[in-house]
Amino acid sequence: MSKRLFAVASLLIVASMLLAACGAPAAATQAPAAADKVIKIATQSPLSGDMSAVGVDIKRGAELALNQLGAPLAGMGFKVELAPFDDQGNPDTGVANAKQIVSDPAILCVVGHYNSGVQIPSSEVYHTSGLANVSPANTNPKVTTRGYPEINRIVGRDDVQGVVGADFAAEKGVKSVFVVHDKTAYGQGIAEFFKKESEAKGMQVLGFEGTEEKANFDALLSPIMAANPDLVYFGGMYGQAAVLFKQARAKGFQGMFMSDDGFDSSDAAKIGGQSLIDGAGTYYSTVSGPATLYPGTAKFITDFKAAYNSDPQPFAAQGYDSMAICLKAIEDAAKANNNAVPTRESVAKAIRALKDFVGITGTFTFNSIGDPTSAKYFVIKVDSADPTAWSKNSIAETLDIAPPQ
Amino acid sequence: MANFDLNKLTQKIQQGVWPIIITLAHLILGVTLVYLNPRSNLAFLLMISSFLSLYALKTPVLFKLVTGALLALVIIPVIGVRNIFYLEVIFQISVFSALALGLNIVVGFAGLLDLGYVAFYAVGAYLWAFFGSQQYYVLHFAPGTQPSNLPFLLPSDMFYLFIFLAIIAAALTGILLGTPVLRLRGDYLAIVTLGFGEVIRVLANNLDKPLNFTNGPQGITPIQKPPMPPAFVDIFNSVFGRFVGHTASVADMYNVMFYIYALVVIIIIIVVTRRLNDSKIGRAWTAIREDETAAIAMGIPLVKMKLAAFATGASFAGVMGVLLAGSRTFVSPESFSFMQSIGVLTMVILGGSGSIPGVILGAATVTILNLQILQGLSLYLSQLRQSDAVIPIINFAWKNLSNQLDPAKYQRLLFGLILILMMIFRPEGLIPAKRQKRELASDKVEVKG
Amino acid sequence: MKRLFSSINIRELLRPIGQLAIFSLGSAVILSAIVLLLALIMDKTAVGLGVLARFHVSLFTYTLVNLPQVLIDGLTIGFVYAAIALGYTMVYGVLEFINFAHSEIFAVGAFVGVEILIFLDGLGILSAVPNWAAFLILIGAILAGMLASGLLAVAVERVAYRPLRGASSRLVPLISAIGVSFFLQDAIRMTESLTTGQFNRIFPTFGNFDDRLKFGELPMGANMITLGVSIKSIIVIIAAVLMLVGLNYLVNATKIGKAIRAVAQDRTTANLMGINVNYIISFTFLVGGLLGGAAGVLYALKFTRIDPFVGFFPGLKAFTAAVLGGIGNITGALLGGIVLGMLETFAGSYLGVFTIGAAGTEYKDIFAFGILILVLIFRPQGLMGENVSQKA
Repeated sequence: MSKRLFAVASLLIVASMLLAACGAPAAATQAPAAADKVIKIATQSPLSGDMSAVGVDIKRGAELALNQLGAPLAGMGFKVELAPFDDQGNPDTGVANAKQIVSDPAILCVVGHYNSGVQIPSSEVYHTSGLANVSPANTNPKVTTRGYPEINRIVGRDDVQGVVGADFAAEKGVKSVFVVHDKTAYGQGIAEFFKKESEAKGMQVLGFEGTEEKANFDALLSPIMAANPDLVYFGGMYGQAAVLFKQARAKGFQGMFMSDDGFDSSDAAKIGGQSLIDGAGTYYSTVSGPATLYPGTAKFITDFKAAYNSDPQPFAAQGYDSMAICLKAIEDAAKANNNAVPTRESVAKAIRALKDFVGITGTFTFNSIGDPTSAKYFVIKVDSADPTAWSKNSIAETLDIAPPQ
Repeated sequence: MANFDLNKLTQKIQQGVWPIIITLAHLILGVTLVYLNPRSNLAFLLMISSFLSLYALKTPVLFKLVTGALLALVIIPVIGVRNIFYLEVIFQISVFSALALGLNIVVGFAGLLDLGYVAFYAVGAYLWAFFGSQQYYVLHFAPGTQPSNLPFLLPSDMFYLFIFLAIIAAALTGILLGTPVLRLRGDYLAIVTLGFGEVIRVLANNLDKPLNFTNGPQGITPIQKPPMPPAFVDIFNSVFGRFVGHTASVADMYNVMFYIYALVVIIIIIVVTRRLNDSKIGRAWTAIREDETAAIAMGIPLVKMKLAAFATGASFAGVMGVLLAGSRTFVSPESFSFMQSIGVLTMVILGGSGSIPGVILGAATVTILNLQILQGLSLYLSQLRQSDAVIPIINFAWKNLSNQLDPAKYQRLLFGLILILMMIFRPEGLIPAKRQKRELASDKVEVKG
Repeated sequence: MKRLFSSINIRELLRPIGQLAIFSLGSAVILSAIVLLLALIMDKTAVGLGVLARFHVSLFTYTLVNLPQVLIDGLTIGFVYAAIALGYTMVYGVLEFINFAHSEIFAVGAFVGVEILIFLDGLGILSAVPNWAAFLILIGAILAGMLASGLLAVAVERVAYRPLRGASSRLVPLISAIGVSFFLQDAIRMTESLTTGQFNRIFPTFGNFDDRLKFGELPMGANMITLGVSIKSIIVIIAAVLMLVGLNYLVNATKIGKAIRAVAQDRTTANLMGINVNYIISFTFLVGGLLGGAAGVLYALKFTRIDPFVGFFPGLKAFTAAVLGGIGNITGALLGGIVLGMLETFAGSYLGVFTIGAAGTEYKDIFAFGILILVLIFRPQGLMGENVSQKA
């Protein structure tokens, strides 16, 4: 009968472990409920696992915005806190966190997520409790096309950014393209629309391939070299794109490279080096203007480096802007509510009511489904193989484009 | 009584009316605390752990059944509608318990290490995702380019039919994979199943061309939920409304419904597992696990028995897959990564492979650790960092603590550590299986070769 | 001096090189023949017409012109897999245990090597050095990576595997190894984020490793296909061959190698014969770790970017390679690596063309696992393995 002994013993162990571990957070989550002027803004992004590089920087971007832009709310007597959640890039965890978030009445806005696969089910939860969500990175059209009044995003949709890239390529006189993507919702989404628009513009699409490979692109390069296109387009993040571009150049590819806003990191130059400059060069589309022309971007990069001792990853600036929008909307809603804590509904409404909110990645006004009414895209040319000169890259073209409704 | 090594206290609480009193006290204390502090993780854990008292203390079977049913079917739904996060945690505990129980048949009973178990979960999920959504009409569109306002292929009550179809589909997949590979030795089998798990995920990620079956990495959404009888909402509100504190919405009741479905599946799995384990098949599995050569010599049809274990385990995962697709209304390949397979394996190992209560405890512990404790600690740390508090004695300001040290960031480190420590110090798990415990006890006198 | 030479077993040094040449050539010829035959058959079908429309050459010409480069690429990645696979096979040969954490031991080697190079780069040393010095620095980084990985492997064995050596089930140490693997992934990430704050680490550009030797050009329609191999690929291949020869010599022609083989065959008897079994097992892990560390730095050299999770996929592939060749067999690991690398590159390069774009390079991983399953069904002992009966 020592099963019972084990059971009792394990009960005691588990119970004491749980008590020890939870005593503190439980007390902490109750304490602020007493002070009624506490406002929390949650972030949800993958802080662990292999997507954590970007996920952590989304959180840091938001944290930086809170530290820099929290003053107006603090001046109104609110204590604004960040509640960072780790969605692990996993829908189950994301949904559970979302439910924990909505059950905390102090949380008035959510900045998140990185994966559309997590954002879509989690935002169903935000929607049911009227909690505002500003997405810094989800480009999947479905995020907004469901028409929820609480769900907004500040990034361009796949069907905008892919189109921007293809239009630019057509203007550059590109006749043939080979499209590669990273088999994620983000990269493939952009690549599909790039392909569609390329065909519409009369370019020849010589190949359309997805790959999860992160290091060895030799097998993929054989058909690319055989097809010898004018342009290789990569839908995805710089970690893969720059490696692919480098290996393609090493094999003698002389055409043009192009990628999306996931390429906007100085690490891309560190990986790709001279191969990004050689041949017909490398271009990427992005919503954050180059630091030399946009003082906001330059300041963000300097502040970010000062705070976290590393260069911001793609989407960190969007994390910053998402938080800025949450703060501004809460401020507006609180003012309308006689400086008392506003309701979630009023915060969600205040986000949609923002007019020409100036952030570092653009000027935002949201349309009826939560997309920015017009996204300003820069197509940027990589000018130097030196990673420290990344922010001096020049604008090849600026496009204003409205999302389809 | 063989309680020769129990100390007096344990003896005492197992005697007379004490077990009943302690269990009830535990339960009532937990429920009261949760009711008074609807957002306290601590109170919630105290309430949930009363299942442990219920299991471990010697009370009459009828008492256990009635109290357990009261807790599972009345108290948890009410508490869960008050705070939907708790219901979500319990729902996930149920889902992972069911998965872990399924994997337990393969790993714990038959001794076959399956590192790609979520593949079968994916089969079930994608089965209902395809037929219960508009995906059939999207077959000829690239992901993301389909028109909106497509009709659904099947009515939503077909969900129930697909639960049964998923059993068949997942079991068939199990047999299909198992037939060639089950002749392999343990560690080879582990790697092949790992590969198979990856193959299924890669297929889900790539079967968006030439015909768009899975919508690739974008995932399939919306997927239909089974219809909700309106009476269910009304009855719940009229009976429990005043305990809940607000009117339960249809969305709330869907949460309750899927939780109860998961419970039903768990109960069926437990019944089936126990019956199987005590049958000829169960003894054959044990024989195979202990010594394959001897098992063959005894005339046990090796491959057939292994296939049975594989198919049974797979079919449970398939059912849970359909349930997942229905409850989330969204399915994408990200849910079926290798990390998930390892997560379920951790639950089985932690709780005690081969032991039903152990596996459920393992699933609960890992899920709570993952969703509540790690996140809770991270939130707490981040709160401290935003405050002016200092660590007493060493006078270190929390503000200066590196935010690289968030516990939630190092989930894999923790899982890894659990696996290593359990293997070294307690390979039989928190609540060991009866049979296995006897073996491990006798192992100690054996000489290793 | 003479005595030293006579004690070197020349046959054991040369044997693996000969085997290697035969295997590389053999698998190249067989795969080329298959793919060319397929191209001939499908030349007049829709597939052939599609190629004609896109590239203005026949399917057969397309296949043939691309073939040399595919073979070179396949061979290179094959040697990378082989270098990692040696570590798996070494440990398996002795303990019959899959060291699941080998992929992270490999990653640690890569990180140590790259961190040292990044440090030197930061001092401004790397950009100025001549090519021969760059080569020496690379060797230094490889040795550092080897040392770190070797010591880590020994420590992991001591902490997480040795206490389990007498476990009732073979699964117990395997599960512990999976635990070590996850633990190390996050341990690397934690160390990196606490020190450098970076997730990706990038192999600095120095020396002439990126240069490419060109063999010639082949005409294909209006295009010219350049044939070539980069210097870093050649370094990877040579290093892998050296690792194979060295390991083969160590195991088959030295005294400690004899002890290793004795422990592999029968631990109890070896113990009775006066061999310190614990010492030999630690030594085995040390050798496996050294090989893994070298492979890690070579991997970083070849593919530039590493992150804390870099080990997982190459590790899985390398294990597949080891099983393919017959796990526990040193030459088998190399053969498996070459065959797997070739197969993968063939699949990735030609699948898209042969299926008119319906399936492409994204399925090359499935190919690897499909081959693994097939080999295990028809030849569970692998291509080169002897048929060992199951130990209880």
